[in-house]
Amino acid sequence: MSTKTRKLTYSLAINEAFHQVMSLDESVILIGQGVKSPWYVGNTAQKLIEKFGEQRVIDTPVSENSMTGAAVGAALAGMRAVVVHPRMDFMFYAFDPIINEAANWFYMSGGKASVPVVFWGVINRGGEQAAQHSQALHAMFSHAPGLKVVMPATPYDAKGLMVAAIKDDNPVVFIDDRWLYNTEGDVPEELYSVPIGKGAIRKEGKDVSLIASSFMVGESLKAASELEKHGIDAEVLDLRTVKPLDVDMILESVAKTGRAVIVDSGWKTCGLAAEISAIIAENDIRILKSPIRRITLPDIPAPAARSMEGKYYVKHPDIVDAVAKLMGAQG
Amino acid sequence: MTYSKGQLVDFYTKMVRIRLCEESFVEPILSREIRCPVHLCTGQEAVAAGVCSALENDDYIFGNHRSHGHYLAKGGQMRELVAEVFCRETGCSRGRGGSMHLIDPSVGMMGSAPIVAGTIALAVGAALAAKIRNDGRVAVSFFGDGATGEGVLCESLNFAALKKLPIVFVCENNLYSTHLPIDEIRVSRKIYELGIPFGELSHRIDGNDVVEVHRAARKAVDLCRNGKGPVFLECLTYRMHGHVGPDDNIQGAHADIRPAKEIEKWRKKDPIKKLERYILKNKVASRKELAEIHVEAEKEVLDAYSFARNSSFPREEELSLYVHKN
Repeated sequence: MSTKTRKLTYSLAINEAFHQVMSLDESVILIGQGVKSPWYVGNTAQKLIEKFGEQRVIDTPVSENSMTGAAVGAALAGMRAVVVHPRMDFMFYAFDPIINEAANWFYMSGGKASVPVVFWGVINRGGEQAAQHSQALHAMFSHAPGLKVVMPATPYDAKGLMVAAIKDDNPVVFIDDRWLYNTEGDVPEELYSVPIGKGAIRKEGKDVSLIASSFMVGESLKAASELEKHGIDAEVLDLRTVKPLDVDMILESVAKTGRAVIVDSGWKTCGLAAEISAIIAENDIRILKSPIRRITLPDIPAPAARSMEGKYYVKHPDIVDAVAKLMGAQG
Repeated sequence: MTYSKGQLVDFYTKMVRIRLCEESFVEPILSREIRCPVHLCTGQEAVAAGVCSALENDDYIFGNHRSHGHYLAKGGQMRELVAEVFCRETGCSRGRGGSMHLIDPSVGMMGSAPIVAGTIALAVGAALAAKIRNDGRVAVSFFGDGATGEGVLCESLNFAALKKLPIVFVCENNLYSTHLPIDEIRVSRKIYELGIPFGELSHRIDGNDVVEVHRAARKAVDLCRNGKGPVFLECLTYRMHGHVGPDDNIQGAHADIRPAKEIEKWRKKDPIKKLERYILKNKVASRKELAEIHVEAEKEVLDAYSFARNSSFPREEELSLYVHKN
């Protein structure tokens, strides 16, 4: 198999996934606010209307509950629907169709009807946008049985996981981060999937496992380079899927390094980092050489003022500090 | 449109099957043989029978918590309905859904759910799929007067109108939103007017007159198939039992909260009796023929009960089946 690869941005990798899947499968539709406008969705939807028409690429009124429900209903009626929420904060309006309906439907119908739908939510924060334009809600979706939740960190995974999400017969929440849209990476030209539920080791190391997803993978890699200068060899794990988690990858890495630092773009309480901590502790707490550390947002709404945003969001120096303290405490 | 004997007898049969099946649940509910919440549609049979008789097998319907009638009228098997209410493995949802989650995609019964207004947008989506594929299918959303309090209804009416979707919104206005009379939840009783600001053809009809319901549904479905949807139908009707179970069983009182006079008034408007009077008066069928329909329906109910009672509950070991499709 010849695989031609070239550099592509994260957002164009998503765009390419749509072009390729929609060409192959007429049942795939994209619905949501702003698919006509780069102001909403960047260039992730460029040229889709021109190529596939307004029947299959549907810009909508501001009606998240009904539009998300319509995507679920279309999926029940034989389509593969992707519904986009350019700011995932607005997905709270759609929790009923996402959780009550889509997540439960296959179970409560005794396996009679599945819902091949992708709920695509964009984390869109920074820039003094304040509390309702900044939230990362992956932990809330991960809590509900029946949903899968993916959070690609690289352009390669953005394309491959969008393809996998669309092809999956179950509801998948695809969460990306606007801060990643301009990052470049190697992306094969051909159509491919990244398996849902499989993480990736982005850097091998022996002293500490940095467990991250989405934008936090890049920050963790930066932190790992910094830590190298201090003689600390960090392993960086990219979860790629946050539900179901690649538990084997996490446990094997922590068994090797003996230290777990979980870096998450969500809040602390009942969050993804808490879940991973529990998985590690439940497995065998004796493999740990030091306590687990969670580096997350504080349990505080996102502020507007730039003077506070800097402290609020996790950046690589926070990771370096936490790891250095953890290792220091170990002597 | 004049109705043939075959059509009228078919309406009658559909309603009698629903009625006898619904009434059969009363005793097992009271004796606690049936545990899951059951919302009986006795009194509202004409809406299900009239609307579903205007649909083809592959048209879509979505229901709510009170959907036994919709399921049966669309072609769902009574055996699988009763088994589901008994939460058995042989039920239409394999005992995972219970009375409030009925489904049979093979006859276009796409599912029912008790989150009030929760399936309205799903029906819109099914209509959207039909429109994209241009396959001529129509979707029907059944919901109650209580659902008019949910914002998703307005969102759905707007989008369906905007995209001219082939969907019929069928509001079964039974005048009560669980315990609250309609005047305590709405300023206006005229629910059909909700469709008007969105430019939808909107009508109020007598939901206890199966012929009137069918006539209106037929017209609505034809319009939808010709790209002239959506249509909003408000069907005025009344449930002869409480919101859930045989009566409004408030703290074990087994008493209805509604005025006795009001219940009596609606008892006289019983949709089955109404059609029966019409059939006999116009000599469409004889008393004997109608009695035979009851006998057959009673046999079907008994058969469904024996099927359900002889079926196993889902096995504990299979608790985690159907979380995801593999």
